[in-house]
Amino acid sequence: MIKLLWLSGITCNANTHSFLNYPFIEQFLNDFEFIYHPVLDSSYTLQEIVSNEIECDVLLIEGSISPEFQRADVSIEDIIRKYAPKVQKIVTVGTCATFGGIFSQSDYKDVTGLHFDKEQKNQKFENLFDKTISISGCPIHPEILVNTLYAIKGDIALRLDNFLRPKEFYAYTVHNGCVRNEYFEYKVDAHQFGELEGCMFYDHGCQAPFTHASCNKILWNEVNSKTRVGLPCFGCTEPTFPKANLFTTKKNMGVPENLPLGVGKRVYLTLAGITKAFKIPRLEKKLLDD
Amino acid sequence: MTSKKQLKKELIIQSALELFASKGFYSTTIPDIASSVKISVGSMYNYFTSKDVLAKEIIKYISLYLGNKLQNINEEKISTEEKTKKIVEVYFKTASLKPEMIDYFLRIYLSNREVFKNGCEGMICVNEFVTEIMIYFEEGVRCGDLRDQDFFSAFGLFMGYLGGMVFLKGEEILPKALDTYIDDISYNIYKALSK
Repeated sequence: MIKLLWLSGITCNANTHSFLNYPFIEQFLNDFEFIYHPVLDSSYTLQEIVSNEIECDVLLIEGSISPEFQRADVSIEDIIRKYAPKVQKIVTVGTCATFGGIFSQSDYKDVTGLHFDKEQKNQKFENLFDKTISISGCPIHPEILVNTLYAIKGDIALRLDNFLRPKEFYAYTVHNGCVRNEYFEYKVDAHQFGELEGCMFYDHGCQAPFTHASCNKILWNEVNSKTRVGLPCFGCTEPTFPKANLFTTKKNMGVPENLPLGVGKRVYLTLAGITKAFKIPRLEKKLLDD
Repeated sequence: MTSKKQLKKELIIQSALELFASKGFYSTTIPDIASSVKISVGSMYNYFTSKDVLAKEIIKYISLYLGNKLQNINEEKISTEEKTKKIVEVYFKTASLKPEMIDYFLRIYLSNREVFKNGCEGMICVNEFVTEIMIYFEEGVRCGDLRDQDFFSAFGLFMGYLGGMVFLKGEEILPKALDTYIDDISYNIYKALSK
């Protein structure tokens, strides 16, 4: 049985909540044992975890890290230092644990992720870099966390990107699989949030074309995604999260400041100029109502 | 296409451009163009299937010519103010050295929209040129030199101004040579667009 320690840093516990939505959680709990988890029944109390050295295979860290922050009166950094050398793998669960996230703006001192302060690599836990896997997201997608843990259990080597995220899940963009791609192609923006029609990249702040995640490939609650339901992608898996003004597209004289990943400005504008010249009546109409 | 055929095609474009710009689109015939490049009317059709097709090729040719010049300016590591001046210079230089190009744009492309409506929808046939203007604007705003605004309000100010000056020159109303206005016009445009 693989033993897991779920350690909470500075967090709103959203990743814990998201994890509990995993549809096959019972099966998961038969295959893994939490020596400690903040809300699930576990083998030890937090007090026992910080006072003893309990055997453990994977250290899961949720939330940002600050040298000032404590759990059970012990510095979170000291708890990490105590368990990290013993475990086989460390998983940073969520964008806060990976990049610092929204709590970078909190009053704690020097708030960062375990290995990254936004895009910048930290030196502090550099010796743990090779055993860490980042599962970014605000919150994490439960299937991506669980599938990663099963890969660790099965001793399957995951190929990672520069931020240590498994490429299996993060090599894609959220745009990949979005049901609004036709509207993107022909530059038809959504006029209202929540409607079935239109793309939200042009005016409504959608970051899907430059955000690495599988939200439109591995759906949320097995049914949907933000962009499918008519809300812009907030780019929550990226080191830059959260940005300001998430519902509007930052433009410079009409040109979106952030372009689809790897697409040069000249290429983008050339294509945009062509597609904008045409109106596709089908894409201007409501899908279901005549 | 062989390079010889390509050269011939460009020669026809250049010749037709000059004829259209000076005589007008409807007064210029395919035989006029054929005789100006010393080929038969029959072989003209090997290059362009109609006068309308030729007209569209010409505007694309002009757009590519100016677009390339603007791309070079956009790729230079200079301030937006300097870029503004260089764009004005290129436009006026083209209007002086190749007046037919700007004349064609103003007097044929903008004035005979019925010829261009199929195949030159929106700004497709002037895409290279407009793309470079957009890049100039976008980068100007991004670096904090230019004020963010709707693309067309800025585009109209810039190109309307330049087009108007060239038009006045073409009508022989402008008392001085175009290049004597470069400094003032660049200053005015930059002042109007900057923060």
